[in-house]
Amino acid sequence: MMLLPCPWCGPRTATEFRFVGEARPRPDPATATPEQWRHYLYVHANPCGWSTETWYHRAGCRRYLSVERHTLTHEIRAVRDAATGTTAEAAP
Amino acid sequence: MTSTNGDGHRPGRRRGYSAWSLLRHGLGREEWPRAWYERELRGSYDAVIIGGGVHGLATAYYLARDHGVRDVAVLDRAYIGSGGSGRNTAILRSNYLTPEGVRFYDRSVKLYEHLAADLNFNVMFSQRGHLTLAHNDASLRTMHWRTEVNKLQGVDSEVIGPDRISELVPYLDTSGEARYPILGALYHPPGGIVRHDAVVWGYARGADAHGVHIHQQTEVTGIDVERGRVTGVQTNRGRIATPVVLNATAGWAGLVSDMAGVSLPIQTSPLQAAVTEPVRPFLDTVVVSGTLHVYVSQTDRGELVFGASVDPFASYSMRGSLEFAEGIAGHVLELMPALHRIRLLRQWAGLCDMTPDYSPIMGPTPVEGFYVDVGWGTYGFKAGPVSGEAMAACLAHGKPPEIISAFGLDRFGDGRLVGEKGAAAVGH
Repeated sequence: MMLLPCPWCGPRTATEFRFVGEARPRPDPATATPEQWRHYLYVHANPCGWSTETWYHRAGCRRYLSVERHTLTHEIRAVRDAATGTTAEAAP
Repeated sequence: MTSTNGDGHRPGRRRGYSAWSLLRHGLGREEWPRAWYERELRGSYDAVIIGGGVHGLATAYYLARDHGVRDVAVLDRAYIGSGGSGRNTAILRSNYLTPEGVRFYDRSVKLYEHLAADLNFNVMFSQRGHLTLAHNDASLRTMHWRTEVNKLQGVDSEVIGPDRISELVPYLDTSGEARYPILGALYHPPGGIVRHDAVVWGYARGADAHGVHIHQQTEVTGIDVERGRVTGVQTNRGRIATPVVLNATAGWAGLVSDMAGVSLPIQTSPLQAAVTEPVRPFLDTVVVSGTLHVYVSQTDRGELVFGASVDPFASYSMRGSLEFAEGIAGHVLELMPALHRIRLLRQWAGLCDMTPDYSPIMGPTPVEGFYVDVGWGTYGFKAGPVSGEAMAACLAHGKPPEIISAFGLDRFGDGRLVGEKGAAAVGH
C-alpha cells in the first residue's frame, strides 16, 4: 500500500488518487509543430528513481498535487498543491 | 567414467528428447545432458541481443536457424526467463482488434502450435479455448467488431450467448442476478495456455545448439555509439564490440534505449498476478473479463492462475499489494461464487512497458545498428515466436519485414498509431 500525504487531507491511500503522469509544461498549441505536439503527447520521462509527477485527489479534496516519488521504492519526499504550491506545513 | 565440464554434466553431443530417451533415462542411471551451456564471453560478436527472455532467445534462435547468423550473444542481467517471460499468465490468443494486430498474433499462435516439434521441447501448449466476457452493450459491440475483423483475417472467433457460456464453463454465474450480468462472450477456440518456462528453455536450447552464446548475470551498463552507429556494449563483465544491438528487454526497455540516446514513448507499470492452491480440474477454458479486470485459467497441476490489469501508476516496483489481492478476490468471486473457500498460494508482479496505442515498438531506430523489440505492455509473451522470427529477419536484412511494418518507432512522430486498446487493455 502506498500512502500519499495530501497537503489538504493528510496521508491517504493511493487508490483515492488518479495518477496523471510526469509534470512538465505544455507547448503552446498555437505555435507547436505536429511533431513537437506528438512528442509532448507520447514521449515521457520514464525514470527508475526520483520523479516529479502530478496526482489528482479524486476521492478527497479534488486538487491536483505535485508529488516527488521514487518509482522503485515508492518513497515520497515532497507533496504540494500543483496550483498554489501549498505544502502540508503551510495548509490551514 | 566420462569426463565432465566442471559442473557435473557431460559435455558432448546433444541428444533429442523422445519417448525412447525418457524410457532409457527412467530405467537407467544416466544423467540427462544439459539443455544448453554457459560459454566463454568473447570480446566481439556479430550481434548482441539484450534480454534473455522469450523475445531475445527466439530472435537468436531464428537468426541462427533461418539466416545463418550464428555469432550472436544473448545477455541477461539475471537468469534467462527472469523477467516478463517468467511472470506472465501464459495465455495465448490472436483475437485482437486491428487487422495488423490480428495478423501478427495469429502468426504467433501458428508458430506456437508447432513449437514443441520445432524445438524438440515440450512446451505444453493446450488450445483449450478463450472466452472474453461482455457485461454491457459497449463490450458486446466491441466483441462483434473483433469477431468480424478476426474472420476477415481467417481467425476462428465468434460471439456466443449465456447458454453456450454456461455449457463451456459450468461454474460461471450467468444468472441475470449477478452484479455484472454476463450478456455474451467472444469465444476464440484456438486460444489457450502454454508453459512459459518451457518456451524460454526450448528457445535457449535451440539457440545454443545453433552456436548462439547465452550469458546470464551479464548486465549492460552502456551502449557505445560513434557518429550515429552502434559499435559495442559495455557490461559488468567488460566491453563487447558489435555492429548490431537489439534491445529485447521488458520493464527496462526505456532505460536501455536511453543508453543509446533513443527515447521511447513508454511508461513502465507493474502488473500483478496470483495463483491459488490446486483443486480438481473444473475449468477447461481461459475466462477473461475486461469490465472486472480479471482473467482466470487452470493449470495442468490444478492451480487457478489469476491476472489483473496494470497498476494505475508508473512504477518499477515488483512488490505485491494488498489492494490487488483484495480486488482480484472480489472480482473472481463475482464470476465464480463457488470459489469462496479457495486460498491464494502466492502473488507476484512483472513490469509492463505500456505504449500510447497498446501496440509494440519493433524495428530500426535513428541510431544505425540499434534495433528495438520493446513496448510489450501486457501482451509480450504471446508474441514471442513471431517477434523472434520478424526481428531476426529485421536484424539480418536491416529493415523490418512486412508483418511488423506498422509497429515502427516512427509511427508516433507521424501520427500513425495502431490502436489496440480495445483488445489489449486488460492484459492477458
